[in-house]
Amino acid sequence: MAGNYGYVAVFAIVGVAFAVISLVMSWFLRPHNPSGEKLATYECGEVPVGPAWRQFRVGYYIYLLAFVIFDVEVLFVIPWALALRNLKGQGLGLFAVVDGAIFIAVLAAGLLYAWKKGALKWE
Amino acid sequence: MPFDVTELVIAIVKALVVFVALLSIVPVLIWMERKVIADIQIRIGPNRAGPFGLLQPLADAIKLIFKENIITQGADKVVYFFAPAVSMVPAIITFAVVPFGDTAHILGRKVLLQVADVNIGILYILALSSLGVYGIVLAGWSSNNKYSLLGGVRSSAQMISYELPLGLALVGPVLLSGSLSLREMINAQGRAGVWFIVPQFLAFAVYLISGFAETNRAPFDLPEAEQELTAGYHTEYSSFRFALFYMAEYVNMVTVGAVATTIFLGGWRGPFGNIVILQPVWFLVKLFAILYFFIWVRGTLPRLRYDKLMKLGWKVLLPLALLNLMVTATVKALAPQSAIPIMSVLSLVLVAIGVIALTIISARSTRTPASGLREPSAEGAFYTWES
Amino acid sequence: MTGQGVAFAVLAAITIISALLVVTIKNIVRSALFLALSFVGVAGLYILLNAEFLAAVQVLIYVGAITVLMLFAIMLTQQIMSAKISQTTEWFWLALPMALAMLATLIFFFAMRTYPVNPAPDALAVGTTMPLAEALLKPYLLPFELASFILLAALVGAIVIAREEKPGATD
Repeated sequence: MAGNYGYVAVFAIVGVAFAVISLVMSWFLRPHNPSGEKLATYECGEVPVGPAWRQFRVGYYIYLLAFVIFDVEVLFVIPWALALRNLKGQGLGLFAVVDGAIFIAVLAAGLLYAWKKGALKWE
Repeated sequence: MPFDVTELVIAIVKALVVFVALLSIVPVLIWMERKVIADIQIRIGPNRAGPFGLLQPLADAIKLIFKENIITQGADKVVYFFAPAVSMVPAIITFAVVPFGDTAHILGRKVLLQVADVNIGILYILALSSLGVYGIVLAGWSSNNKYSLLGGVRSSAQMISYELPLGLALVGPVLLSGSLSLREMINAQGRAGVWFIVPQFLAFAVYLISGFAETNRAPFDLPEAEQELTAGYHTEYSSFRFALFYMAEYVNMVTVGAVATTIFLGGWRGPFGNIVILQPVWFLVKLFAILYFFIWVRGTLPRLRYDKLMKLGWKVLLPLALLNLMVTATVKALAPQSAIPIMSVLSLVLVAIGVIALTIISARSTRTPASGLREPSAEGAFYTWES
Repeated sequence: MTGQGVAFAVLAAITIISALLVVTIKNIVRSALFLALSFVGVAGLYILLNAEFLAAVQVLIYVGAITVLMLFAIMLTQQIMSAKISQTTEWFWLALPMALAMLATLIFFFAMRTYPVNPAPDALAVGTTMPLAEALLKPYLLPFELASFILLAALVGAIVIAREEKPGATD
């Protein structure tokens, strides 16, 4: 089984090698004569105002927090979906579906809560 | 596990063949996109370089290689250097699990027409596509440019929001096939005699829409909304590094299309499917049909506003994906025989529900004044300079 | 050296070196990036142990979600994105030998006995994901269901803390 990942590893090495080699190769092919104006940050022709690394609005962060939680949910749902066929074969189909339904319903309630609280509203 | 030289050679040859094939699809796709978009907009499109302008992507690539590379002052040089590679590599590696044919007999050995048949194929795809965010956020952060950073942050919040419906949409086919392996999924579609797009049409639609958002394609190309952000996260990128970002976008498109082809459209299956040489052809035909759809959508739909984008992802696609999942699971567990015929009928009902939900949500958002437009700047605190 | 041996050496080196860089490098964004790389290395080690599902979880949650969350937390905090932050304190020279002594002790005790390294034979044949999935729905059903409540609590907590109350903010 680890052998399959050997193939993946070889493929990954080819991909990484391509990216790195092409980045390095283009180094030798291109001209290099920087000047102050050229290196200035692009701000539609104006002289840049203030530093670029500024604080961000918190709105993005709330989506991220919700994402982390639902991402974990997806990861629990996948094994459940995988086991459903086997459990059905053992006559436990209804049992398995109810288990998953409870799990998903609790998180759907969470989604509904976030929705009603306006946490999913972009403003 | 000792080294098996033949295995290693096969692995390297396979990797190189798939890699070169993947990279040669990219210029074809770029050419196709420009021609199709030109057609939609009643223009001619590229027609100078080579017959029908076929050599245009090549000309672009050569031009970009010989362009000067500009590193903005104050940029984080190391991160800036590697960001295009970070964007490109996960896009390529995802392709490792996509089967483009059954088993071929080459020189007396059985060779899978797939880089690696990984047991957890679906999870592998999800895991790698979750890495796609890094290239963009790093490029945005390291450029020392406000547009880049804003584009990068916007983009990552968008990609992350659509990752959830994307992942949940793939669970429906997992339920029907009972496996996470893509190869097994194609076999299941063969056994059922029907492509999973029929019993899982809602999942297919959710997957494809999320795929548009994951690849930052129109109508979800807000990260590079040129009217607002010049070019978004790659504003400061030039020369070959820009080319890598450009390629990464198209490789991502191919990967999303290939996964959709495999899971929902039967992969390499087609008429005369037992002829091995035809299998990659069927795969490519379906893949390009989906890619054509990508381009068609780009030529047709206007860009979404950011608040609507988030609303679509969290309040339409995510609940719909959950609904599809629950219905499929219930049918799968309780159906006396195969779940697929029942699901095929139910999928029409689900699609109707989806259309109704979309209509209600979009009708509600047109009635209320656009919250994003109330303030002079949609980005709020970002433009309040204190120092 | 076997293929797995080489892979283990490379992955262990990636994990340890980037973990060291996380706690020594001065730029906080780069520090977060090396954390992500370290997590990827751990995921690779899980694959070598035939724990494919765990590897996917590691990448999906820790690299694809938690570290991105950290990067965003950094970007949301004023003025620390470009700042050079010292990661050492004046107790560094005292802490270093203590930590090394701890490491030496651990290595000593782990080296005292040998551990079985061969995976269960049937785990190789069927993969570890399906047995894991069934275990989650049979003996570990209660923890599985409780996990959803914990996630719900986390979500509610996150929303309450991160968002100030605005009347009529429903849609």
